[in-house]
Amino acid sequence: MAEKGSPIVLEARGLTKRFPSVIANDQVDLFLRRGEILALLGENGAGKSTLMNMLYGLYHPDEGEIWIKGEKIALKSPGDAIARGVGMVHQHFQLVPVMTVAENVMLGSETTRRWGMLDARAAARRIRNLSQQYGLQVDPEAVVEDLPVGAQQRVEIIKALYRQADILILDEPTAVLTPQEANELFRIMRDLTARGVSIIFITHKLKEVLAVADRIGVLRRGRVVGTTDPKTATEASLAEMMVGRQVLLRVEKDDAKPGRPILQLNDLRVNDDRGHQAVKGLSLELYAGEILGVAGVEGNGQRELVEALTGLRPLAGGTVLIDGQDTTHFTPRQITELGVAHIPEDREKHGLVMPHPISDNMVLNRYYQPPYARHGVMQQEKIIADGEKLVQKFDVRTPSVRNTASSLSGGNKQKVIVAREFSHPTKLLIAAQPTRGIDVGSIEFIHKQLITQRDDGVAVLLVSAELDEILSLADRVAVLFDGRVVKQLPIEEATRERVGLLMAGSTEA
Amino acid sequence: MANEPASSAPTNPLLVFLSRLWRSINVPLIAILLALTIGGLILILSSANPFAAYFALFKGAFGSLTSFGRTLEKATPLILGGLAVAFAFKAGLFNIGGQGQLVFGAIVSAYLGYSLTGLPFPLHMLIALLGGALVGGLYGAIPGALKTYTGAHEVITTIMLNFIALNITDYLSNGPWKDTGIVARTPAVLSSAAIPRIGQIPFGFFVAVLIAVLTWYLLYRTTIGFEIRTVGFNPHAAKYAGIKVSRTVILTMIISGFMAGMGGAIETLGVVGRYQPGFNAGLGFDGITIALLAQTNPLGVIPAAILVGAMQAGSSQMQFDARVPSQIIDVIQALILFFVSADAIVRWILRSRKTDEDKVTLSTGWGKS
Repeated sequence: MAEKGSPIVLEARGLTKRFPSVIANDQVDLFLRRGEILALLGENGAGKSTLMNMLYGLYHPDEGEIWIKGEKIALKSPGDAIARGVGMVHQHFQLVPVMTVAENVMLGSETTRRWGMLDARAAARRIRNLSQQYGLQVDPEAVVEDLPVGAQQRVEIIKALYRQADILILDEPTAVLTPQEANELFRIMRDLTARGVSIIFITHKLKEVLAVADRIGVLRRGRVVGTTDPKTATEASLAEMMVGRQVLLRVEKDDAKPGRPILQLNDLRVNDDRGHQAVKGLSLELYAGEILGVAGVEGNGQRELVEALTGLRPLAGGTVLIDGQDTTHFTPRQITELGVAHIPEDREKHGLVMPHPISDNMVLNRYYQPPYARHGVMQQEKIIADGEKLVQKFDVRTPSVRNTASSLSGGNKQKVIVAREFSHPTKLLIAAQPTRGIDVGSIEFIHKQLITQRDDGVAVLLVSAELDEILSLADRVAVLFDGRVVKQLPIEEATRERVGLLMAGSTEA
Repeated sequence: MANEPASSAPTNPLLVFLSRLWRSINVPLIAILLALTIGGLILILSSANPFAAYFALFKGAFGSLTSFGRTLEKATPLILGGLAVAFAFKAGLFNIGGQGQLVFGAIVSAYLGYSLTGLPFPLHMLIALLGGALVGGLYGAIPGALKTYTGAHEVITTIMLNFIALNITDYLSNGPWKDTGIVARTPAVLSSAAIPRIGQIPFGFFVAVLIAVLTWYLLYRTTIGFEIRTVGFNPHAAKYAGIKVSRTVILTMIISGFMAGMGGAIETLGVVGRYQPGFNAGLGFDGITIALLAQTNPLGVIPAAILVGAMQAGSSQMQFDARVPSQIIDVIQALILFFVSADAIVRWILRSRKTDEDKVTLSTGWGKS
């Protein structure tokens, strides 16, 4: 743990970065001491990534200075940052799946013997030393695509250490981990700081910040609105700093009043893109007026399950009944017209058409029906008028509905999807990762909307990798592991620990 | 407020309109100027006077009513060829097969034009025109279906289908549909099928302009157009929205081929009067230049086609007056294509950033969509 007097290894002084329509960073001052974990909190769009990209040399500041180890530096590229000991682990891993750990680690700074021959053995030796020294268990000969996500992340950290980084930037590192894997990461982070490595830890999960950080910096709208001490901060105080107002962290809701069965899955089997079975005989029932949370580490069949239910992916076996009707072979449009709303996992890929205006995105699955189309002609005035109403009602922050969807921030993009999906009569709502990567304020709003829908008698299937989200919203929890439901629990019995163990494949819990 | 947009955008509606107009035409405009400048340098290197050459070119294209009529005559099939490519672009498809669709449209309209007898004038013309266009559309359906059902990329299949079309039409015009005599060509179309001129202006030009306007309306005002543009921008979201992506891809290719085929038919019925091998080689490829120069906007295709048509119409005057080989026109046309497709160069000159709306999806990836 860093002492107050530890030297400052990295400092930002008055960093400003402007983009054509926004000031992403506005006079940001920040410092990092040797051997400390500085957590950087902020909503999406608050400027965390811009700031880190400047410190890593990917962006160039318009104003301000970067000091590394007492030296003022103009970073021209990530190469400059790496040369001064700055390493970054991106949220999306930058690994070549078909290569071994050793090959991935040496990629870009290859160890060579005479005549440029790769010296894989020397690299593997160094990797083993590093993994022993810092307690980062990884087999240098393993092929990356065979490794679990937690191990791939360790490879990323080793990659940085291999380049002799002693300042590590971890960008949302726990987004893809189970609670247990996250705890293991925190242990590694503490081991690293004990050996003099300094860490900037970017996250929006308040619990984690309080668990691991030595100091907390909060960014809001491109500015550092304060730094605080995890010993005195609470989740509520941090959320308030992030959003600028009080935030309801607990979702208030009454007990569910389940009605008739709306979704019945019987021995569902679905293949993934490579033709391997990803959902392996899954059976579930979901009732009107309840939220069923599907918990599980990503990649255990959630995506295939949701795509099969919404008609986007053919079934390999089993049956789907929606409100008593067999929809096993229905098209996406037939399913939508039955009263199924779908908040897709990947909002940019499935949920929105970026170059289309916001108003067109609001009618993306109903553009062909009256009043939006008559005799095959789009009724633009009606589309725009209704789009403006929805923008108001769902608090989408935009100057005009004629602006493209791409002009919106992540949270506002999600609000457009939510607005669209909640604005027609719904029996079944399938919400996949409905709050991924969006700001606390928008999360609060979307959570409230989900509860409202439930109270109106909609059956809600909530698929989320955020365990906290499931535990605070769901009435029942189904834990998915390796394409099967390993256990269904009433919410009262679903503790963090128990669900975490089930997510990791344990059947004992 | 950090998230508010910077407040330099004009609010006056006229200024807004002008700035949007400028933003949509600045790249092609600069590309044309750059191409003419470099073409001028080449003229200087070949010891010709570029000003005299360009003046002669202009005179040859617009100097008299006759030459203006010839420019529009050249522009007519170019509009339709450009529309075919631009339209397919909107669905994310790169139709290189305009040439094949066009020669099929040409030979079928010629066949209908000479073989059907006893029909009165406008009816016979319409049958020959639409027959050629329809066959072009059917020929365009093949790469669409191949892409949908087998995942074969349309760039590859349309290129190969161009060769197939070339050989089949060669065979037909030298075999079953051959005119009497030794020259490989079809008989001349009957006067009841010929597309007339209105004074010096070919009537086909108005048909092409009408098709361009209809294409714009289809794309931006109808549900089919919305589906096509949605598939072009994001096929995944289109599927999510319940759009049948495969049906949309095939329909787009049919319409695209229909327009190319109509280009061939108008040229045959209005200008050439019959089909013969080597019919307007390269016309299908000029369509790519025009579509890109028009930034794939169906209305932009009209001025872009007139520009290219003017260069083709004026080139012989240039050759005659300024003693400049007419091939320089091909060089300038190639340079325009180069600068509009490598638009990063032009944008760097303009110091302007690309926005999403400007993006042209040249081609989506391999495999089924």
